[in-house]
Amino acid sequence: MTLSADAGAHATLAPYIVALPLAGAVVLLFFGKRIGRAAGVVASGAIAGSFALGVASYLGLLAAGEEEREASVRVFDWIQAGDFRVAADLLVDQLSIVMVLVVTGVGTLIHVYSIGYMAGDPRYPRFFAYLNLFAAAMLLLVLADNVLLLYVGWEGVGLCSYLLIGFWFERRAAANAAKKAFLVNRIGDFAFMLGIFVLVSEAGTLVVGDVNRAAADFDPGIATIGALLLFAGATGKSAQIPLYVWLPDAMEGPTPVSALIHAATMVTAGVYMVVRMGPVFEASGGAALEVVAWIGALTALWAALMACFEYDIKRVLAYSTISQLGYMFLAAGVRAYSASMFHLVTHAFFKALMFLGAGAVMHALAGQVDMRKMGGLRKVMPITGVTFMLGWLAISGIVPFSGFFSKDAILASAWQEGRYALWALGVGTALLTAFYMSRLYLRVFEGPVVVPGHAREHGGVHVHDAPPTMAAALVPLALLSVVGGVLNLPGALTLEHFLEPVVGHSEVPGGLTPWLLAGAALLVAAAGIALAAALYLAPAGEARRARIHGRARVPIDAARNKFFVDAIYGRAFVLPGKALSSFAANTVDARLIDGIVNGTGRLVAGASEGLRRWQTGYVRSYGATFLLGVVVIFSILFVRGVVM
Amino acid sequence: MSIAPGFYLALAGMMFTIGAVGALVRRNAIVIFMFIELMLNAINLVFVTFARVHGNLDGQVLVFFVLVVAAAEVVVGLAIILVIARRRASANVDDVSLLRW
Repeated sequence: MTLSADAGAHATLAPYIVALPLAGAVVLLFFGKRIGRAAGVVASGAIAGSFALGVASYLGLLAAGEEEREASVRVFDWIQAGDFRVAADLLVDQLSIVMVLVVTGVGTLIHVYSIGYMAGDPRYPRFFAYLNLFAAAMLLLVLADNVLLLYVGWEGVGLCSYLLIGFWFERRAAANAAKKAFLVNRIGDFAFMLGIFVLVSEAGTLVVGDVNRAAADFDPGIATIGALLLFAGATGKSAQIPLYVWLPDAMEGPTPVSALIHAATMVTAGVYMVVRMGPVFEASGGAALEVVAWIGALTALWAALMACFEYDIKRVLAYSTISQLGYMFLAAGVRAYSASMFHLVTHAFFKALMFLGAGAVMHALAGQVDMRKMGGLRKVMPITGVTFMLGWLAISGIVPFSGFFSKDAILASAWQEGRYALWALGVGTALLTAFYMSRLYLRVFEGPVVVPGHAREHGGVHVHDAPPTMAAALVPLALLSVVGGVLNLPGALTLEHFLEPVVGHSEVPGGLTPWLLAGAALLVAAAGIALAAALYLAPAGEARRARIHGRARVPIDAARNKFFVDAIYGRAFVLPGKALSSFAANTVDARLIDGIVNGTGRLVAGASEGLRRWQTGYVRSYGATFLLGVVVIFSILFVRGVVM
Repeated sequence: MSIAPGFYLALAGMMFTIGAVGALVRRNAIVIFMFIELMLNAINLVFVTFARVHGNLDGQVLVFFVLVVAAAEVVVGLAIILVIARRRASANVDDVSLLRW
């Protein structure tokens, strides 16, 4: 695909972008004990180097002509079977470079944050080894030039997610959450694999560009099946209905992991994949995109509803992540791919920021995550409080913070496509988003100072703000959350035009419409915040909440119980699965398999019972048998006239 | 004047039969060995006889092979019998019957 020797020059760095964190992971896995405390610096250096290479590639890409920005580099030939060939190629184009910059940029900040957050953990080097391994897998995923290589990265990030959710595996909840995440993801991964088979059988190749070009000639029915299988994979990785259940539980992992993997990068892999394979989804004649858009919109609303009634600050953020990912799929489903990517980028900024802020709170309050047991923390930890406030304003969609522009771009695209129902769902979700994020922010950081008992000392309050390494990540992310909107300001549409050669052009409304839409979005955001303030900040809030709870006990309790989805899945899938396993272990294995093996043994033993009597141990009886044998053989030969 | 070969063969047959029966009915390992030697020498006699009948040396050459094999066998066999006799204070082959079911 390289157009000339010179044109693809900016792709030559791509292998090193992946290799650097991979090398960091290998070094830390094998020599982590000896490296000890310096592990954090080694890992951060590796990912920062990767970021530098990403920036260099980006500058090279900008310097290349408009037509020469898509370039791939061959690392090695991977699979050759007949005329089916897969090469380990890395693709650097506008889309992948955006992802590389987000993954390495946000990744570097979170690595630095982890130096402070994980200090004192007995498995400190291993944590950084996994973090680097994750970065390598994620970069492989976004840079892969063919779907199979993408799948390698896809499974790699899944593995790292499992390892990091269960990092504190001594805690039963963490070990279970890791298993749950892995198993739920496997369901999606299996569908994704089937989708890859469909692509191979239809297109005969797995190179992303070739598949996308061939997609136009796909049979619409088969394209629909293929696209839906790919999307099923995305619902697992990006936590959409019906496979979202693992993400809230994944909060058992260390908070930097939640920020990096379960907010900023890994969970966006599904969105990236759908955007990357957009033509395949379009080839289905709209059916697959319809599913993507509706699943996205419904997930956004569904998760936002649950976020409104959750007390665990990390879980609120987890539901919020699911909800925001729903927005991205909604955008992808109406073919507003660049709006989807725009929201992906800004979301990575403000959600990572808020997770890290939540981590700083936990760090200060000895691991407390229940928002009912805290309050007014902005006064005792100003850096965390102020940066969190900026993240809160960004996600709520307040102008001019980044979330306002990206969410508005998605809603405007839905409106432009004439999908008013989807738009309405999006606006409803925006209201809930502003409400639950304000509820979280106001309860934790505003109002009178409340800290859990053990953080009090000598009558005064002893809560420390984020240490320097943690603040060093919070401040840049807060700045990015504030100004991230400039990436794609309405009118300028920088990101949109940048991505256009890869993902195609999408219409944006003109005239007065965008102003009205933005005004509406701003209005619902303000309404959400006002509602939260009335319930949680105002002195009468407590009484109002009690009144609401009294009137709407049933739906609220349902939301608190996650709408019983986990329980239903438990009954419908986990219990039958356990019964099947127990049947296989206790009946099939213990009776059938062991029966066959033991039966064979018994049969042979029984048959030899008679024969073994011949072994008397007496030399003379052997001698007699020997002589008898000779006589018999000679008699036969004699009778047949062979001898004499 | 020469004796007909049939007499030599009859003698060899008798020697072999005595050896075979003796090796099967006696229990003392040394005696069994002696009977085995008897069978071997019966065969040697047959070889020599036929060498004479055919007027060549093939049979006589084979006798040497048999002698060498017999000597080697005696060396190994007597050593084993000696060890068994030391451990059990007898050379009765029926006592040595552990290798069985």
